[in-house]
Amino acid sequence: MLKYDLAVIGGGPAGLAAAISAYENGIRSIVVLERDVELGGILNQCIHNGFGLHRFGEELTGPQYAERFISKLSETSARVLLGTMVIGLNSDRYITCVNKYDGVFTIQAKAVILAMGCRERNRGPIGLPGDRGSGIFSAGSAQRYMNIDGYLVGRRAVILGSGDIGLIMARRMTLEGAKVLAVAELMPHSNGLNRNIVQCLDDFGIPLYLSHTVTDIFGKNRLDKVVISQVDDRLKPIPGTEKEFDCDTLLLSVGLIPENELTRTAEIPIDFRTNGAVVYDDMQTESEGIFACGNVLHVHDLVDFVSSESEKAGKKAAEYITGGCVSIHKAATIDIKNGNGVVYTVPQKVVIGGPEKSLEVFFRVREKSEKSIVEVSSGNRIISSFKREFLAPGEMERIVIPRKLLENINESIAISVKSGGTV
Amino acid sequence: MYDVAIIGAGICGASVAYYLSQKKLKICVIEKETDVSMGTTKANSAIIHAGYDPKPGTIMARLNVRGSAMIKELAPKLSVPYKQIGSLVLAFDERDLDTINLLYNRGIQNGVVGMKILSSRETLEIEPNIRTDVKGSLWAPSAAIISPWELCIAMCEVAAENGCDFLLENEVTKIKSEPSFFEITTTERKLQAKYIVNAAGIYSDRICSMAGSCDFSILPSKGQYYLLDKNQGDIVRHILFQCPTELGKGVLVSPTTAGNLIIGPNAESNNHPEDLSTTRYGLDYVAVTAAKTTDKINLRENVRSFSGLRANSNRDDFIIEPALFSQRFINVAGIKSPGLSSAPAIAEVALDLLEKGGLAMPQKEDYKNSRKHIVFNELTDEQKNKLIKENPSFGNIICRCNTVTEGEILQALHSPLPPKTIDGVKRRAGTGMGRCQGGFCSPRVHEIISRELNIPFEKVEQDRKGSYIVSEKF
Repeated sequence: MLKYDLAVIGGGPAGLAAAISAYENGIRSIVVLERDVELGGILNQCIHNGFGLHRFGEELTGPQYAERFISKLSETSARVLLGTMVIGLNSDRYITCVNKYDGVFTIQAKAVILAMGCRERNRGPIGLPGDRGSGIFSAGSAQRYMNIDGYLVGRRAVILGSGDIGLIMARRMTLEGAKVLAVAELMPHSNGLNRNIVQCLDDFGIPLYLSHTVTDIFGKNRLDKVVISQVDDRLKPIPGTEKEFDCDTLLLSVGLIPENELTRTAEIPIDFRTNGAVVYDDMQTESEGIFACGNVLHVHDLVDFVSSESEKAGKKAAEYITGGCVSIHKAATIDIKNGNGVVYTVPQKVVIGGPEKSLEVFFRVREKSEKSIVEVSSGNRIISSFKREFLAPGEMERIVIPRKLLENINESIAISVKSGGTV
Repeated sequence: MYDVAIIGAGICGASVAYYLSQKKLKICVIEKETDVSMGTTKANSAIIHAGYDPKPGTIMARLNVRGSAMIKELAPKLSVPYKQIGSLVLAFDERDLDTINLLYNRGIQNGVVGMKILSSRETLEIEPNIRTDVKGSLWAPSAAIISPWELCIAMCEVAAENGCDFLLENEVTKIKSEPSFFEITTTERKLQAKYIVNAAGIYSDRICSMAGSCDFSILPSKGQYYLLDKNQGDIVRHILFQCPTELGKGVLVSPTTAGNLIIGPNAESNNHPEDLSTTRYGLDYVAVTAAKTTDKINLRENVRSFSGLRANSNRDDFIIEPALFSQRFINVAGIKSPGLSSAPAIAEVALDLLEKGGLAMPQKEDYKNSRKHIVFNELTDEQKNKLIKENPSFGNIICRCNTVTEGEILQALHSPLPPKTIDGVKRRAGTGMGRCQGGFCSPRVHEIISRELNIPFEKVEQDRKGSYIVSEKF
């Protein structure tokens, strides 16, 4: 059995930032477990630019962004195990791994950081009816075929879902000579970043059909036709609104799901709204010494935010280890509840009297609104409020609450949106 | 000249090939698809029925009970996933209670062993997640779950090792009946065979008509299913049926051998034999009906919906008999449920008929009737380490969701009947069968197929002919 102070599961953007941050905060015995043959995670296939604007003030491609962290990690004492899949984890922080060179082996760590990322939702959970021929890809799989393997997946495509990956792939396929006929979005608004709608659709004249979904698929061997229909307020297709597209490819960009199978194996409580672990404000899960960050915790819009969240997890894991692995869970805690208009918050729990001066909370709103007020309250008492010009489900929100305001609160606080008006 | 040509590589054709390959005969299996098990065999409820459903005295009744016992012995010998978890037919009202008593009596007449009528309390004790207003149930401990395509593949692999030729991607277009043999024309070649076993599933009436007159017709009936994530797999412990009605056996809820949960099927008649589409309407019916068994199923955890076609015929029973025009042409047709459960017993009958038709079948002195198949996930850590030391490709996990290694993919690609498609590998190794449905591993499996079989990357297909994946290199 191998022993480390810190084991980081996943060598994508979250794992990289967490490992570096733990090192910078004094931890020397670190192992990063990566299932792929190289570090960087999904960034490796994201060859478009736009990464790092917040963090580095410049536009990098995915591989460039990853490289900055990979080279930094290589200057630390962290050991990286590539081609290594974690197949077991328990709450005592025993990790079972497998790779070609060492076979099946166990690692025990004082602290573990979960950074496994997420996967794409596919045809099954959204219940797309129709024929079952080839030519239906999740946007990320198509992206891999194009950007890593160098193959075009088809010549005429329809894209379902206007999330960022779908938008990026609309442009990518167009640039390689394919015709993107339509992007259909179930909701009345896009969940993608505004800049991607402009740069990936508008600039290429690709139509975006809001409140539309795919209602039939034809093609027994390879896809040859997709039908989309308008949906009503309850998201049900409206008969008579069908539009047909002759195409050989359908890309699905219909959501990302944090990959928490290992988390569940360790019996760590999951928040059904984020699909990630429930965490305290130090990024620690309900299982002592196990931290989580990045897209395995909740799906982020920008990798820059993944990096900063993961640095916090790395720092907090380092403090936990150097502090003699004392549990914070025994301290008094309060819950953060989702108030009106709020879908989820991260963290979900706060330790009273933590060392920081402020509490940073990330959250997503249910619908678009303008000139809104975000309120933090406890019972009937409003603790603090924040003005927001514009709120949208597609953009993660962040508020910073002075901890002083949280003194004397003993059960929970709620975060809610007081809308100036829905858009 | 072949002694016997078997048309169709589904579970029936595979069973016939498996047993015939143990005889001193020159045999072949002719299949129009790119792989074996591509029709009804890969899209059904994956159940080995106990045998209380068919009316006593029918061929179905006899072969179901016999076949189910044969499969219990075959599965471990052929390394096929099989679990005898038993089934329950649930009764929710007085009429249902009458029905389960009727089924019990039928089961006794058919020779089903171990059945018991359970009270409401007894039922809920062994199956706590079902609707609590259950009035009682019929428990049949001999019912089992199986991976049907793996049973088919395993039997075909062993047959291939025993010298049976597999002519895949050969669609039969013409059969000429000569005095002592048949001349079979396929899309790829011409061949002769003294005997034919017609196991062409939903196409068996057409195949029979090519050779002579046909006294049955196939009326395909489509059934749609949901396959749910493994996190739903332990909601129920048995195969759960509702009481059969005039419309069929109803929607079942059952774990699968891979640990998923399967619910379905509905029944839609008059289908086009190539129509395997799913519909909102059909799937909604399945969901609503399954909810009458248990309300614990979370459909958001659906990983795949699919549909399959039952090869129903215009007769009530299986059709296993010589054709009107020749004792050397054996029809194995109209094999609807419980066809999978009966398959090896169906093959026994077919072999008998071949013998009666004049075919001498001396046993080979030396033949294989077992198969080794490594499933990494099922090994102990010690066994895994030994395996990886011998062959490091077993340490390289390709499919994350189901922990399938490169070694298992290579095992499939270098098997006696190697697949050449992504789904062919999936059926043998389990890649892409998990919750991400191949989102991560498909491009990697694609690469391995291309490398190992020396097929250009852009020529690797998903499943059926024409199901290309990438259009061109740039």
